[in-house]
Amino acid sequence: MEIPAIVGAGLVVIGVGMGIGRIGGSAMEAIGRQPEATNKIQTAMLIAAALIEGIGFAALFAV
Amino acid sequence: MQFTRTLFFLAVLVLSQPVFLNASSHAELASDSTESAQVVSHEGMSMKEEIKAHISHHLQDVHDFHLYTDTETNTHVGFPLPIILIDDGIQIFSSSKFHHGESVAENNGNYYKLYHGKIYKTDAAGTLEVHDGHVHGEKPLDFSITKNVFSIMAFALMLILLFTGAARSYKKSLVPSGSAKFLEPLIIFVRDEIAIPNIGEKHYKRFMSYLLTVFFFIWLVNLFGLTPLGINVTNSISVTFALAIMTFVITQFNGKSEYWKHIFWMPGVPVPMKILLAPIELLGVFIKPFALLIRLYANITAGHIVLMSLIGLMFIFHSWIGSTLSFGLSVFISLIELLVAALQAYIFTMLTALYFGSAVAEHEHH
Repeated sequence: MEIPAIVGAGLVVIGVGMGIGRIGGSAMEAIGRQPEATNKIQTAMLIAAALIEGIGFAALFAV
Repeated sequence: MQFTRTLFFLAVLVLSQPVFLNASSHAELASDSTESAQVVSHEGMSMKEEIKAHISHHLQDVHDFHLYTDTETNTHVGFPLPIILIDDGIQIFSSSKFHHGESVAENNGNYYKLYHGKIYKTDAAGTLEVHDGHVHGEKPLDFSITKNVFSIMAFALMLILLFTGAARSYKKSLVPSGSAKFLEPLIIFVRDEIAIPNIGEKHYKRFMSYLLTVFFFIWLVNLFGLTPLGINVTNSISVTFALAIMTFVITQFNGKSEYWKHIFWMPGVPVPMKILLAPIELLGVFIKPFALLIRLYANITAGHIVLMSLIGLMFIFHSWIGSTLSFGLSVFISLIELLVAALQAYIFTMLTALYFGSAVAEHEHH
């Protein structure tokens, strides 16, 4: 039985969602612990999220 | 004061989109329901197929600046753009000759036809061989001023006027006035939050002009993509490709010996590892700009598809509940898109600065 490509894309999107969720959650905790470092944490969070997001889009466009 | 006024203006622009689309679509619905009780429109397409066709048409680049169509009188409102083809020399004519794809255009004895947004060479009768949706015909090289090209030129002109105006105001006094009042905090943001932390105090000045251009261009283009004008420049993969190519070229030409050493002969690891890392690092050089171009293109395209699908729900539900729901949701998504427009410009500029930073970095030797 052949598994359709869209299932793989769905799995990738689940992974991406979990990854970005973790990044967001950890960033919130970090900001809560050190509110004065909000700007630095936000920047790092956005970069990491953007890099993961790229993989998700690559999977969606491969289908 | 200036800032609140600008915000208000932008909010009005965004909010007007669903309203605008509503107004034009109600007219369409009215004419449809008189023809038949079922929701079937012209050309034998069902409503769902027509919405799909409408969305894919919106995501395409077109050869004329089409604002809207009055369905009652069947008149198209907009203006034509020049068509430039390389085919037996250069052929230049107005896109009005195509009559929105309905007729064959004739220029110097050559005949051309529009088929799904592409120009094909044809005969006087306009016959095209179509097999399974693929056209088997000669396609002349197309260098037309399309809607996207026209929009890019207009935005470039707009940015030049805004920024030269801002620069001129500093000659009179150091206190910003006019457009500089709005632009100064943004320019300082790009410098202090994007350029200096990623590139470093020593080299950042060389790259500021490019970073500012990219940031403001992407932001402006994304914002105008949310207006009823239907401009979608960053929806086109060739535009984001060109932007990524520029970042790629600038990065490689500014690469210092340290940068190349980190690609081909990674310092601080054993020799077998160096050989293993070289091809991976080399691949990374090309993957970085590729991810950059896909990210911007995919984000904006996804946003537009979601927005248009929500508006399309109105016709599928065909009741006041669907209309209300999709109107509310499309306003909400429009507001999110407003954030995404700025965020994507920020991320593109940020990652560009990061790559420049890695190209000019001077590592300390321990």
